[in-house]
Amino acid sequence: MAPPEAEPQPPEAAVGPERSAVLEARSVSKRFPGVVALDDVSFSLRPGETHALVGENGAGKSTLIKVLTGVYRPDGGELRMSGEPVRFARPFEAQQAGISTIYQEVNLVPLMSAARNIFLGREPRNRLGLIDFARMYREATELLDGFGVRVDPRRPLHTLGIGTQQMVALARAVSVNAQVVIMDEPTSSLEPREVETLFRVIDNLRAQGIAVLYVSHRMDELYRVCERVTVLRDGRHIHTGDLADLDRMQLVSMMLGRDLAEVRREGVTSFTAEGHEAARTPVLTATALSSRHQLHDVSLSLYAGEVLGLGGLLGSGRSETAKALSGALPLDSGELTVDGTPLKRLTPAAAIRAGISLLPEDRKAEGIVPGLSVRENIVLAAMPRLSRAGVVSRARQDRIVDIFMKRLRIKASSPEQKVGELSGGNQQKVLLARWLCLEPKVLLLDEPTRGIDVGAKAEVQSLIDDLAREGLAVLLISSDIEELIEGADRIVVLRGGAVAGELEGDEVDESRLLEVLADHTPAPDPGPASGGHDDPVPPGAEAAPARQDVAPAAEEDPR
Amino acid sequence: MTQAAVSPSPGPARPEDPAKPDRPASPLARLRDPAWYQEYGVYVAVAVVLLFNALFTDHFMTADNFRTQLVQVAPIVIVALGMALVIGTEGVDLSVGSTMALAAAFLPLYLGYGLVPALVVALLAGAVVGAVNGALVSLVGLQPIVATLALFVGGRGLALVMADGQLKQIVNPDLLSLGTGSFLGVPLVVWIAGLLAVAVAFLVQRTTFGRQIVAVGGNRSAAALAGLPVKRVLIGVYVLCGVLAALAGILATARLTASDPSSLGTLMELSAITAVVVGGTPLNGGSVRVLGTVAGALLMQLLRATLVKHDLPDSTAQIAQAAIIVAAVYVARERRSR
Repeated sequence: MAPPEAEPQPPEAAVGPERSAVLEARSVSKRFPGVVALDDVSFSLRPGETHALVGENGAGKSTLIKVLTGVYRPDGGELRMSGEPVRFARPFEAQQAGISTIYQEVNLVPLMSAARNIFLGREPRNRLGLIDFARMYREATELLDGFGVRVDPRRPLHTLGIGTQQMVALARAVSVNAQVVIMDEPTSSLEPREVETLFRVIDNLRAQGIAVLYVSHRMDELYRVCERVTVLRDGRHIHTGDLADLDRMQLVSMMLGRDLAEVRREGVTSFTAEGHEAARTPVLTATALSSRHQLHDVSLSLYAGEVLGLGGLLGSGRSETAKALSGALPLDSGELTVDGTPLKRLTPAAAIRAGISLLPEDRKAEGIVPGLSVRENIVLAAMPRLSRAGVVSRARQDRIVDIFMKRLRIKASSPEQKVGELSGGNQQKVLLARWLCLEPKVLLLDEPTRGIDVGAKAEVQSLIDDLAREGLAVLLISSDIEELIEGADRIVVLRGGAVAGELEGDEVDESRLLEVLADHTPAPDPGPASGGHDDPVPPGAEAAPARQDVAPAAEEDPR
Repeated sequence: MTQAAVSPSPGPARPEDPAKPDRPASPLARLRDPAWYQEYGVYVAVAVVLLFNALFTDHFMTADNFRTQLVQVAPIVIVALGMALVIGTEGVDLSVGSTMALAAAFLPLYLGYGLVPALVVALLAGAVVGAVNGALVSLVGLQPIVATLALFVGGRGLALVMADGQLKQIVNPDLLSLGTGSFLGVPLVVWIAGLLAVAVAFLVQRTTFGRQIVAVGGNRSAAALAGLPVKRVLIGVYVLCGVLAALAGILATARLTASDPSSLGTLMELSAITAVVVGGTPLNGGSVRVLGTVAGALLMQLLRATLVKHDLPDSTAQIAQAAIIVAAVYVARERRSR
């Protein structure tokens, strides 16, 4: 019934005469102090379709979901369900209207039984108005059986595996007469086998005409289960169209905002063009770092005097790798070697002693101590070295603080100003100073320029350049693809928590990077799926076969 | 300040006033800033209470009265100092009262070996309680309120077992002189509390350990990523708190001239937390205000004394204290949400 949208369309067209849309957002905007999270975004969901919603960090995905589910109220635009304008004051109203959401983190009551969770708030009653447990357990069993999950619904939820818990959440979502099910990163904590079950359930929903909005950054899954895709970037709608019409390269370049045609441009970052002289022997070697669900056999070497870029899409394990290298992520296996000496205990303190410093991604949560002064934040890690017999030496601290405030041009009213009062860029510089005053051998920078103003960004970039030239080994993580390409001498690309490729020398350019980012390797989970997409095929050729197993079902549904 | 003092409205409503009437002394803008109250409110309040008493209470501004007040407040100050450190790490220690009782119970058992061994054993008991608390919080990962609740209950039980549930007279003159003696006209207990306050202030402001306490309380994951020995800091803080509580138990026992593990230190945890909170230390950690804590303890003591001297029943004093606590927490909340 739905008019087929053959081609990628601008947002206005997508709003168009989408009569059959079960859920529709028209020109929705949402502003937060200082940020426009959603800017005139239009989006529609057809009955029975599985629609992918993709975008990098800050693209506005979660804001859009929160608008659709009634957590946020939009500042502009409107929502429609089956053509009727709707307004959700609370998430409950959205649920009543038939929009169910399954979050990444299961949000159920862990101590209650699976059945009670499914029927929470609408338990079947008997004549006395008491809960009819027999009926509740029977219906719960039926529901779960329908998903191919065989568990005793009397068991407390927390005793079930995380995948089963997700199925319970799904059962709850479906049993409330949902018309739309929103799944936010549903597979992030699932085992491959559980992922297969989830996909079966999605097929099931499709057959019932329920629309699924599927948010994930895992390309394989998107091409596997979704028919259409909407791309958001920087709070704006970029594209909506059939997934089959897009190959991975196109999709990734849309997410990242890179135009394949104009790959080479003049540098817009403050990195110098030429590479750095890297040493011959690595300072830091990581061998087969593994951590359940996060890292799989990540190995890499870092040489003095180079900037090693760590590339990857959202959720590829970049930050986890950096954390692992700094001893802050508990590992199942793997080894770190610094200057030929293996680290025995992997703790942040041990890594710091060995000369490894990590500038964490989340400045507020893991970086600054907001109530302390600029001075104290800078010397936080170096404090024992600047003290005599456990008594801090203000003179020594002031000397160090003075040097770094000048060198990094930290703008504060005085070293005694609270760091929480500084701008993001200056906070970042304070954190850089914290690590630099330890005189590290290896500096791990996780998104060092995110959320800081243009001037500070340029300063940080040229600082990274200088540091590498002075012989520091720098690991650079950045979602800004320009920054990564121009800043790094070498790029290791991660995908799904594993190393997917490495670019060296002349290979370090955007088109190559996009290729590796989007590339398709054999799926690690040999499920009972749809043959046809298990071979590494060049991008462009692969999308069509991957779609075969989903397309027919989709076309039958609207009828 | 004078305005409030000239228009006294005795009763429970009073305690909320003290900070507000400061209008002539400071610009209006500052008075609208809750942070200002959290910073200086407690000192202003102490001053107001003193001024009120100077004008309206007979025999209040006398050396004798002050000696009594200070002697009474000293154990609370000592315990509150340790509590301030714990609260600075975003924790709380409910077991301080029981720790006092435990220290009191150990004293008579070891006094036979002399004063020093008895004191050492009693303080060690406090250290052990603190170490257990710290281990439960940092190694096991229990919430501080739950971890210390265990020893709140268990500590007093153990104290009663040690003492056979009986009150024991203390006759050791050296120990008793700790409670009654004075130096330069100031009671020894007051000296001890004062010196400890200075020592803790130095610890917090000037030592690596002290700054690490504040950093761990301010942002624990940042502190961990910066390589700070978070677990060691937490255990150390609870051990210090336990030792200080044990010392308070010893001094209280000396004044009482008897070891009374069944009632010594009951509700002390609440008095200590009150002093810390009223003194402007935020409950969400990241800051330890030593002088504020001392002033907080003094304020509660003076307030109670004032009301009692005006023949108001103790229950009224409790209501007044409650009002002050609410005001202090309210001011802290305002600041946090800014």
